Amino acid sequence: MAVATAGAKTPSPEGPAAGKHPSGDNRFKMLEATMKRHQYSPDALIEVLHRAQELFGYLEEDLLLYIAQKLKLPPSRVYGVATFYHFFSLKPQGKHTCVVCMGTACFVKGAAKIITAVEQLADVAMGATTEDGELSLMTARCIGACGIAPAVVYDGVVAGHQNAEVTIERVKGWLDDVSG
Amino acid sequence: MLVDDLKEIAEKEKASHKAIRIHVCSSTGCISANSLPVRKALEAAVKATGLDHTVEVVGVGCMDFCGKGPIVQVVPEGTMYQQVNEENAPAIVAAIQAASNGTAAPADAQTPEQAPLDHPFFQKQLRIVRENCGKINPEKIEAYIAAGGYQALAKALLDMSPAEVVEEITQSGLRGRGGGGYPTGLKWATVAKQESDRKFVVCNADEGDPGAFMDRSLLEDDPHRILEGMAIAAYAVGASQGYVYVRAEYPLAIERLNKAIQQARRQGILGAQIFESKFDFRIDVRIGAGAFVCGEETALMNSIEGRRGVPRPRPPFPAQKGLWEQPTLLNNVETFATIAPIIKNGADWFAGIGTDKSKGTKIFALTGKIENTGLVEVPMGIKLREIVEEIGGGSPTGLPVKAVQTGGPAGGCIPASQFDTNVDYESLGKIGSIMGSGGMIVMDEDDNMVEVARFFMEFCMDESCGKCIPCRAGTVQIHRLLTKIRDGLATTDDLQTLEDLCDTVRNTSLCGLGQLAPNPVLSTLRYFRDEYTSRLRDTESDRSFGTVPVPGAMHTLSDLHSGPDGLPAESPL
Repeated sequence: MAVATAGAKTPSPEGPAAGKHPSGDNRFKMLEATMKRHQYSPDALIEVLHRAQELFGYLEEDLLLYIAQKLKLPPSRVYGVATFYHFFSLKPQGKHTCVVCMGTACFVKGAAKIITAVEQLADVAMGATTEDGELSLMTARCIGACGIAPAVVYDGVVAGHQNAEVTIERVKGWLDDVSG
Repeated sequence: MLVDDLKEIAEKEKASHKAIRIHVCSSTGCISANSLPVRKALEAAVKATGLDHTVEVVGVGCMDFCGKGPIVQVVPEGTMYQQVNEENAPAIVAAIQAASNGTAAPADAQTPEQAPLDHPFFQKQLRIVRENCGKINPEKIEAYIAAGGYQALAKALLDMSPAEVVEEITQSGLRGRGGGGYPTGLKWATVAKQESDRKFVVCNADEGDPGAFMDRSLLEDDPHRILEGMAIAAYAVGASQGYVYVRAEYPLAIERLNKAIQQARRQGILGAQIFESKFDFRIDVRIGAGAFVCGEETALMNSIEGRRGVPRPRPPFPAQKGLWEQPTLLNNVETFATIAPIIKNGADWFAGIGTDKSKGTKIFALTGKIENTGLVEVPMGIKLREIVEEIGGGSPTGLPVKAVQTGGPAGGCIPASQFDTNVDYESLGKIGSIMGSGGMIVMDEDDNMVEVARFFMEFCMDESCGKCIPCRAGTVQIHRLLTKIRDGLATTDDLQTLEDLCDTVRNTSLCGLGQLAPNPVLSTLRYFRDEYTSRLRDTESDRSFGTVPVPGAMHTLSDLHSGPDGLPAESPL
């Protein structure tokens, strides 16, 4: 067993295992806190999944089972919700993410060219992650930054008035960092 | 909290304002254009010149001119600068200093360009819903109260009965701003007359239409106005719990909304016994998870309940059985943001703006191939031409404007020949489009309409929730046919199949997503049919000889399972 790093035991109505995961991973404790705030209500499933993805980066099958058990929901329901919404990812994401907005304004202003350019540069398909796990290329259904179209979100930061050259430069920087 | 406390807070806030304020846009658009470092640089420049006892730098919401950000405005004097960078800060402060000394501004190469405030982009606007946007600090409840905020709520709670509030909204003629245009007063009255001790008010902030960002801007720039509108609605219909369902793609809006709710709760404006009345109301935020269909009201309610966002059949309508089977009032962000001014100024005032059947103003997000990109609030009934050519300033590409797309994936493309149409619910419907939530994307002669229709169909195909077959399978087939047409592989029969299929999907889908998905195809077929027919494989002469090529005219099994390039396509079922 891993050395338990979690805090002191606290009595909980959910039984002795509550708040502490056998792995000793502290993130479970933080996830538990979110569930507790929502009184372990099944209605809070989406909130809990958001928090889980924030903590763990993606939603592993074991994690979904853990949530299902805690919220007293059938695993099918948790899996069904996790796969229904685009925002949840069941696979690990790359170290860097490049999200190209494909809203109408961005589309009209040439977002498709940006995607093709990145796909060719990094040899990665849209919606996938490079083999070395460095880059995930994704699209968004409009991030509401239409005034500065085309927009690209680099690691969570929105940049406006982009074009293929600028994006390539940026992505190259990330990829070169690794090889350099 | 009493009404007198509101006055006190307002006076205190106004007294704390310095004589000159430099407003810096701190909303998503300008932040991504680097406005936060600009704000810091301005603060430093003010300090460096020792003006900090009379001048302050304030982060405010969007000032409409999003394409030219970061935007900075000096108030009360009014000069607005566009595309400001950090190096410009000392020059802006020097100009303020010169003005307060009564001398001419020093010539400085670093002075940024001024925004053309006398341009129709600003002059033709009528800011009612967005009156505070770009003028107050959205992260401070005191700033909202100083601008007259929460007085409409106090008036409703203390001077009006719930029935009077509903009547006022009905009289105003306000119609749902989410796109449908259903009379808001009627909706409120339906929920109000339901017998139930538990009712809900839900704000639909799942602004999914690509090319629309009016709601994001309202949430970021003036969140308290939405809370106030929701609270008034809750009082009118007898609800005590509200939800705002926001898309996860709008992190700043979520942050500001949460902050606003917390501040309102602390001030006693949300919670129990608001303004010492018997009215209790609390609001929680629910975050979406990237499903377009959740903008549909019944799907949205499923999502709030923590389920897959699939629509429910109606009836029962949400007003009768909504969230957790209880009567639920669902309105769009812009609708709620319009409530406070109506209660404050009266129904007659509001009904005096706009046209006979479409009252008030509407906010549009003007984007695409247009000179002036940004948000514009205009009175209903304005001509499309005024928006595109005068306010928007036409196309910057040198090519003529070809069409305007309104209503997102559910709307249509309006050709330049129809630009003399009035912008109201009925007129836009007549020419095959819809008002929609307010996205207006301008396209020029370079844009291919088959490609545009295909783009929207791809969107609907991906976003179809899969619950009903017409939408799930129909959008896939329409997309395939459009791809075929684009690639020059289709025949006249394919075009006929496309039109028939559009008709079926429109008439048999369960919810708005499917029912409206064929709109972009049908409207482009109506106005730009030659762009479709010129790509067909069989020409006029082929048909006259009765030799229509058979392949593609009928769907064989292998046809269904392979894409146009011979690669396996996704199964439609």
